Amino acid sequence: MNQRPDSSPYLNPYLAGVGLGLVLLAAFVIMGRGLGASGAFSSTASWFVNLVAPAHAQANEYMSEYLGDGSTHPLKAWLVFEVIGVAAGALLSGLLAGRARLAIEKGPRASAAARLACAFGGGMLMAIGAHLARGCTSGQALTGGALLNVGSWAFMIMVFVGGYAFAWFMRWQWR
Amino acid sequence: MMTPLYKYGFFGDEFALLVAFALGLGFGFFLERAGFGSARKLAAQFYLYDMSVFKVMFTAIVTALLGVTYLGWLGWLDLDLVYLVPTHLGPQLLGGLVLGVGFVVGGYCPGTSVAGLATGRVDALIYALGIAAGTFAYAEVYPAIKDFVNAGAMGQVTLPEVLDVPWGVLVFAVVAIAVAGFSAATLVERRFGGKP
Repeated sequence: MNQRPDSSPYLNPYLAGVGLGLVLLAAFVIMGRGLGASGAFSSTASWFVNLVAPAHAQANEYMSEYLGDGSTHPLKAWLVFEVIGVAAGALLSGLLAGRARLAIEKGPRASAAARLACAFGGGMLMAIGAHLARGCTSGQALTGGALLNVGSWAFMIMVFVGGYAFAWFMRWQWR
Repeated sequence: MMTPLYKYGFFGDEFALLVAFALGLGFGFFLERAGFGSARKLAAQFYLYDMSVFKVMFTAIVTALLGVTYLGWLGWLDLDLVYLVPTHLGPQLLGGLVLGVGFVVGGYCPGTSVAGLATGRVDALIYALGIAAGTFAYAEVYPAIKDFVNAGAMGQVTLPEVLDVPWGVLVFAVVAIAVAGFSAATLVERRFGGKP
């Protein structure tokens, strides 16, 4: 849907799912942990605040956890390296398919400014939700879902509830 | 051979960072292949005309779940050594709800926003900056909500333990629900599709 004629069609969702599932399984077998994303943002944000206002970052209970005791660089974290890999892998796939281009994703009725404002606000909500839940769609829903983790399944159901409950108010942005 | 390899000391923390990059490479590749670098494709899940998010996610969950189950039964994977995020039902239910709203407002989740910004989506970049701002805001209010976030600690628990059902039975149930869900999702797409 909504694809440019010069780009390749998306991969069949079941094949893409098997591919993702095998990467996740490899993470379990090799590392003994799943995939994630939001943790990398926490490390990066804490590192940045520490750069601008070190006293403030180190005094903060939440950020100081991501900064550690100063013996290792806060960006030398497993999830930061994993997310750099995500960017590289996505770029590779996008280039191969002719889908990598500068664009703003939105429906025909939404203005670019309104879309970007929603993107920023949605990102903020996402971060707050992910911190409350101890993980995002990667670290909780996908990883915990495959391990039958109780909190992950509770979380995942509520993600769909929240999304569908608010979808009507966002029709203008996407349809 | 026993796995997880890292937990059995096959390699150290430095090599683990390389593994992280390699796993991320595969993760990002398949996210973009599925079309998840596009907020429109992702948001379509909530308007029922393209249920790819559900299909990809549940296929991945079923694949990895069957994998850990069989590797565990063969004695090749020690599932007790695979890290589980501790369960705190209250904050996780609320967090899921807030995150779900953030998903339909922003159009991405953290992982897919990285796939989006890597392929040139400006909205994904702004979204990622929003995550950074939200993280900062959360850290600022954390002391005030700490008690709520840490309430109701159930530890590292799985559904088979809590429901007192054998692991294999629950795996079968998840696979059955997923397969039924896939058929339902395709019917829903036909009903609501055609006007993207």
